[in-house]
Amino acid sequence: METTMSTAADSATTGGHEAPRIAINMDGHRETAPRNAAKARAEGLSFHYGAHRALKDINLEIPERMVTALIGPSGCGKSTFLRCFNRMHDLTPNTRYDGAIHFYPDDFNLVAKDVDPIEVRMRIGMVFQKPNPFPKSIFENVAYGLRLRGVSNRALLEEQVEAALRSAALWEEAKDRLQASALTLSGGQQQRLCIARALATRPEILLFDEPTSALDPIATAKIEELIAQLRDQVTVLIVTHNMQQAARVSDFTAFMYLGELVEVGDTSRIFTNPSKKATEDYITGRYG
Amino acid sequence: MNEPKRPMPAGPATSVGMFASLRYRKARDRVVEALLLACGMVAVFITVAIVAILVSESAVFFEHVTLKEFLTDPLWTPLFADAHYGIMPLVAGTLTTTFVALAVAIPFGTTIAIYLSEFAPHKVRESLKPVLELLGAVPTVVYGYFALLVVTPVLQKLLPELPGFNMLGAGIVMGLMIVPFVASVSEDAMRSVPVYMREGSYAMGATRLQTALRVVVPGAFSGIAAAYILGISRAVGETMVVSIAAGMQPNLTFDPTQPAATITAYIVQVSLGDLPHGSIGYQTIFAAGLVLMIITLLFNVAGFFLTRKFREAY
Ligand SMILES: Nc1ncnc2c1ncn2[C@@H]1O[C@H](COP(=O)(O)OP(=O)(O)O)[C@@H](O)[C@H]1O
Ligand SMILES: [Mg+2]
Repeated sequence: METTMSTAADSATTGGHEAPRIAINMDGHRETAPRNAAKARAEGLSFHYGAHRALKDINLEIPERMVTALIGPSGCGKSTFLRCFNRMHDLTPNTRYDGAIHFYPDDFNLVAKDVDPIEVRMRIGMVFQKPNPFPKSIFENVAYGLRLRGVSNRALLEEQVEAALRSAALWEEAKDRLQASALTLSGGQQQRLCIARALATRPEILLFDEPTSALDPIATAKIEELIAQLRDQVTVLIVTHNMQQAARVSDFTAFMYLGELVEVGDTSRIFTNPSKKATEDYITGRYG
Repeated sequence: MNEPKRPMPAGPATSVGMFASLRYRKARDRVVEALLLACGMVAVFITVAIVAILVSESAVFFEHVTLKEFLTDPLWTPLFADAHYGIMPLVAGTLTTTFVALAVAIPFGTTIAIYLSEFAPHKVRESLKPVLELLGAVPTVVYGYFALLVVTPVLQKLLPELPGFNMLGAGIVMGLMIVPFVASVSEDAMRSVPVYMREGSYAMGATRLQTALRVVVPGAFSGIAAAYILGISRAVGETMVVSIAAGMQPNLTFDPTQPAATITAYIVQVSLGDLPHGSIGYQTIFAAGLVLMIITLLFNVAGFFLTRKFREAY
């Protein structure tokens, strides 16, 4: 097993031509677990906005390098759950996590008070509902996370930016205009840029919160195709209110309702043979 | 205005009397529009009138003094028997005090804005902002005496040679005076950077400081630049502090430890005197005022192009 990790700056030479899955993980963590092993596991997770309990005792396993979809009617707590994984709620005052999200293989609790949210976010990336590229060049958007981590070597940056753009299926469209403003891209391209930005730092889990709800059908199809491919390099957790999308891109589907996890299983089973009445009602369109 | 006027079918819901008639609402709109236009025109008219007066009165001045003398003579002594009309000493005083003020106001104002917008807890921000705004409401004459009686004596402890009237003390206090303004306008600009932009940065593992400096400040750049430019305009136009604390002797120097007069200080000095209307001494006010306006205009134009250039660089 390759466990010796070089620092970012001198691993320039190890960055190889087997792109995009090259070996630079700034923090020295690399998924070594076999596919489908637990990457993260929520255990008795509850979450409060002030006095409002938005998540109630959730237990869910997120398997390594698989796509897990979260579905459920609007307001049931999907985004709230997703944002626990990268501790986004720490930015909102008066919020509280109870219970645990175990993170493997290291095996620590992501939402524990003594765990630094920044450290968590260095390892777990996120793509938002509305594409949110920074008002910088395409190149600088993708290089953002690397620069935050202190990478300044130009050659290394260029190599990593290219790899990330290729992984996000944006390289061909962007390679001739890397210095152009990211805001000149179309909505779908911007969202793929945000995916490239997140991938550039080699996250172990990538969170998607309804990543296509602001996009047209063609851009949506591209993103869906991309997410399906990403499962080879990163564990994916995706919130969607579009059930066809969950069926198309995910391996596992979890159904949430009123802050609770109702049911989880193989996507094909959830959509053909749900075991809970509430799940069935939702996927047959009886509410939501 | 010539839409085809097809009468609406009178359904049961649009019973007459329940709503104001469309014709009435349109008429009211036109009246309000005319009023707004009139107000706008008043502002334009006043500006044009001021410029016209400055230019025409300056024209009288330039019948007596050549433009060359005005721009190159190193002395400004219009009230002396041996009168010289070189504007440069006043320009130098204005630019030097402005520069000192900016050297104070920009770093402090920007830092306070970053703190308030990105770091301060909600409660702290809500209590600090009014204090800042209060500072902006202190009469400038108070700042003037603060410069003369507090800041300059302190500076003299560090620089024993410093004269009692000097541009350094005046400039520093002028800078402190515009700090709240620069901070407040910059903070507004930073807070208008959307939350999802910050979230994008935090989600990448950025710290607060990294997010503030790499995403929020660049995202708010044109607003922050506007704050700086308005700050410059204030410093250039500020009168009371420099009149009180910088001395009133025109002095062609860019050394802030020297006493000097600014354009504004000169105008005050002369306006308070009893010069007869129509004398050259009196006309100097308008020439100096015109120069003041041109300087402010130049800074604004430069700022305009600067912000455009930076916005394009995104
Ligand atoms: N910042 C917040 N403060 C208070 N309540 C919130 C906040 N964000 C979401 N909620 C509440 O938490 C519940 C779950 O919201 P959310 O996770 O956004 O649902 P979903 O993503 O499934 O539509 C809702 O009842 C919502 O009103
Ligand atoms: Mg949501």
